[in-house]
Amino acid sequence: MITAIVIMAAIGLVLGIVLGWAEVHFRVAEDPLVDKIDKILPQTQCGQCGFPGCRPYAEAIAKHEADINLCPPGGEHGIRQLADLLGVEFKPLGAGKEPKPKAVAVIDENTCIGCTLCIQACPVDAIIGASKQMHVIVADACTGCELCLAPCPVDCIEMQVISENVNSWKWRYPVFPIHHEVARAA
Amino acid sequence: MNQPLFSFPGGLHPAEHKAESNAAAIVTVPLSGRYVVPLRQHAGNSAKPVVHVGDRVLRGQTLAIPDGRISAAVHAPTSGRVVAIEPHPVAHPSGLADGCVVIEADGLDEPVAMTPTTWRDLTPEALRERLAGMGLVGLGGAVFPSHVKLQPGQTRIETLILNGAECEPWITCDDRLMRERAAEVLRGAEIMRHLLGARELLVGIEDNKPEAAAAMRAAAGPDIKVVVVPTRYPSGGAKQLIQLLTGLEVPAGKISTDIGIQVFNVATAYALQRAVELGEPLISRIVTITGQVARPGNYEVRLGTPIEEVIQRAGGELPGASGHLVGGPLMGFDLDSPRAPVAKGVNCIIVTSPELFPPHPTAMPCTRCGLCAQACPVRLQPYEMYLYAKAKNLDKAKAYNLTDCIECGCCSYVCPSHIPLVDYYRFAKSELAARDRDQQAAELARERHEFHLLRLEREKQEKAARLGRKASERLESGSVAPDDPEAARKKALLEAAIERARQAKEAAAPANIDNLTPTQQAEVDAIEARRKQAEQKETTP
Amino acid sequence: MIGSPFVLEKNSVRLTMVKVMLALIPGTLAHAWFFGPGIVVSLLVCGAFAIVFEGLALLMRGCCFKNFISDGSVLVTAWLFALSVPPLAPWWIYAVGLLFAVLVAKHLYGGLGQNPFNPAMIGYAVLIISFPNYMTHWPGPIHLVNHVPSLAESFDLVFAGQGSISIDAYTMASPLDTVKTLLRAGVPKADILANPVFGRLSGTGLEWVAGMYLLGGLLLLANRQITWHVPVAFLASVAATAGILQAVDPAYNMGPVFHLFTASVMLGAFFIATDPVSGCSTPRGKLIFAGLAGFISIIIRSYGGYPDGVAFSILIMNVAAPFIDAYTQPRVYGHARGGKVGR
Repeated sequence: MITAIVIMAAIGLVLGIVLGWAEVHFRVAEDPLVDKIDKILPQTQCGQCGFPGCRPYAEAIAKHEADINLCPPGGEHGIRQLADLLGVEFKPLGAGKEPKPKAVAVIDENTCIGCTLCIQACPVDAIIGASKQMHVIVADACTGCELCLAPCPVDCIEMQVISENVNSWKWRYPVFPIHHEVARAA
Repeated sequence: MNQPLFSFPGGLHPAEHKAESNAAAIVTVPLSGRYVVPLRQHAGNSAKPVVHVGDRVLRGQTLAIPDGRISAAVHAPTSGRVVAIEPHPVAHPSGLADGCVVIEADGLDEPVAMTPTTWRDLTPEALRERLAGMGLVGLGGAVFPSHVKLQPGQTRIETLILNGAECEPWITCDDRLMRERAAEVLRGAEIMRHLLGARELLVGIEDNKPEAAAAMRAAAGPDIKVVVVPTRYPSGGAKQLIQLLTGLEVPAGKISTDIGIQVFNVATAYALQRAVELGEPLISRIVTITGQVARPGNYEVRLGTPIEEVIQRAGGELPGASGHLVGGPLMGFDLDSPRAPVAKGVNCIIVTSPELFPPHPTAMPCTRCGLCAQACPVRLQPYEMYLYAKAKNLDKAKAYNLTDCIECGCCSYVCPSHIPLVDYYRFAKSELAARDRDQQAAELARERHEFHLLRLEREKQEKAARLGRKASERLESGSVAPDDPEAARKKALLEAAIERARQAKEAAAPANIDNLTPTQQAEVDAIEARRKQAEQKETTP
Repeated sequence: MIGSPFVLEKNSVRLTMVKVMLALIPGTLAHAWFFGPGIVVSLLVCGAFAIVFEGLALLMRGCCFKNFISDGSVLVTAWLFALSVPPLAPWWIYAVGLLFAVLVAKHLYGGLGQNPFNPAMIGYAVLIISFPNYMTHWPGPIHLVNHVPSLAESFDLVFAGQGSISIDAYTMASPLDTVKTLLRAGVPKADILANPVFGRLSGTGLEWVAGMYLLGGLLLLANRQITWHVPVAFLASVAATAGILQAVDPAYNMGPVFHLFTASVMLGAFFIATDPVSGCSTPRGKLIFAGLAGFISIIIRSYGGYPDGVAFSILIMNVAAPFIDAYTQPRVYGHARGGKVGR
């Protein structure tokens, strides 16, 4: 009886030491959860989720303080990826949140007064300009977050939906009837 | 002559339909009155126009210059006046309009000064520099800018392959070109070899074109090997031709130059020869017009000629014509508008009829019969990819190597259930590409946002430091200003500017609302009322 | 709107099924020649039941009735089923078998192309488990039995049951049954083989039927309806397993030739294991699938409770088919894996 306890304790001790040693020496540096979540988010920094940017939202998700379905630009695909990563059920986009078509902000050059307020609002520094000089938005860098619309005192910024052109055009899902699908629809 | 011949898996023997158009010699199409030159006739970025509406341009004059590395210049096909630079229907599967330069020809066909080159005297570098603005692209259909492909990479190019396989049914433009202008084609190939420093020069021709092979053999020097390959679609795919002639595979995610091989279409070699030896940029190409037309054959067409006009030159459509295909029936696409012009990538126009191209039969479920896998030249399992592409499970489709699919259409062709497999792959591939683009955009946005936060932090610290310094200075001088007159002035200026802008905006309101008839006024009022309502709806939660 | 390719091969599911049925004709005729016209009756009865059940299923599912009823797949199922079960059994035997084959094995899983198991083999398995008695009464070779039922008598037997003809007058234990029961009973092999039910290679008459299945299978192969992988692997595996078992215990096991020329092995190798829907689709997958199926067939024949094991072995392998496929994907162009990629 005593021998058994001693042996078990000894085995436990040895294994514990081995595991502890392995933990220190074979540690695999892995992306923390926040980074993984942040990688899935679309980085528009638009704040539509209620957090000031994508990273704060990622942090909130990681701490279970926020739901995974609050990001409209990420769309269904984004929610699915988050659900996969976190091992939770997929859920549709939260109430009152609608995905919008992708757009970029455009400044009306005739109205802009060069107040620099939008420049301060832009989370990705996509607006170029200086005080009292006309501002221009770098379309390639614009995430379409709409954060520059509110601060503009003269409402000279407009969101322009990115229309489909020959370059961005995508092949459509074949709308060709496979038999039983038609039957089901009929 | 004893070039060993290898093989590729799968493939097809569809009805060839070459005899319709390969009997007659190439016909040069007379000048047209109006040319529509697309700015994007190549893979990569649209070219940047350098002419303006109203300019007079000469044949061969540069209309637009390359924008970025993967892009190509476009040139005026004849002399005339630029009447518009605007979106116009183009030959593209989307049917969308794209930017074009519209030229009204003056009929003089006056050329710019073209300087022929004795290429053997020039170093490859100097020659490449001359070629960069010539607008040369791959004329086999992929339209990749040639000057990029003529730049040797890190791996030494051992083998240059000239692609004269022309495996798609109906198309015969390369066949006729090789029969009639073999010497020029091979001179172009020699220039390519010079540029790339390739040791070996192989010409691959399918055995259904014995005349072309004979002409090329007769014109070929001792160090050019003309190899006749068995007729089997898609032997003309670059990767398949490489496999046929060398037995090598291009590793996934790499390009053929990484294994020391470069492939060009015979028509590209011909265009290169003209560009170097005559100094003429790419302004015309040979197009097969076939199918339901009166005089099927091959026509040398200035780029920018509307397709409907070229069809007229071929005797016009016969009764029963129902549409147009651009390219071959296996990889081509349905042309939306025959007003679209002939561009660099248009190698064939087939006028269709329900007899020649019967409507697609109704699809049945997949039975995993595996015929598609047996036909696939890249050894994919099309039925698995179809399953996942149909379910929009893109990751899984990618895991089955969807991205290695060359969209040759063999699987759809053999499918006994008539499933449009390639349509599903094209859909899934373009969705995957869009997803990658989004991912890259997100990456860029993240970097910029992080920098933005860093900048704010830095500015805050700088400001704090500055204020601290100022405060200490003031303390030292002993005078504390009660109010900052500078700030008040700025505020007043800002308000004035806002007011000006508001007025400007109002002034910019619709100008055509004066002098309205009562009914128009009523309509305007109704619209305004609706708009107000809508705005209210938006503001009230 | 459908994009390229704009031309298609003249092929269809229906054409494929017709070709399979054409390839089954020689074997069926051989069966009628050696065992009487009973097979014709059971074939007609099975075909009728199959069409009725298929139509019923399609109506219940609300599918495009016209295209699916005429795709011919259910007739192939019925034909294979009819060749697997004894002719001259009561009609309801066929009805029950096909009910399971068509409704359960095929349509409950989603119909054409969706069934994980071969429907005909499901029908057979249900019957041999539920009504083993009926499933062992095979008509004997016509020169060995007392009475050969004519076509009219065959109809009577199927629909009206045993009338004036005693079941013993026209049936005999099949060679596989004989082997199983007598070997188990300890009868020496030489004595068993002296029974006239055994022919030169395998069962009298049955060896010819097997040969005709082989012929039909080769026709399918020549017409590229099937690939060589499944039949070759299946037959090779059957031969190898039987050979090894015979070498280990010659007194208890039959040899490879006997097993190869039983009708069910040839039918299985060329017509059942080659079913693309329920089998493997990759080349290496087909080899593994059929190889294991052949092995299991002989193991069941030699050590199992049932005289034949082809149906069970194929059903067992059907379960594993998707798994095997997933691990036997061919090397794709340009991807390294043993292959020569690049210089």
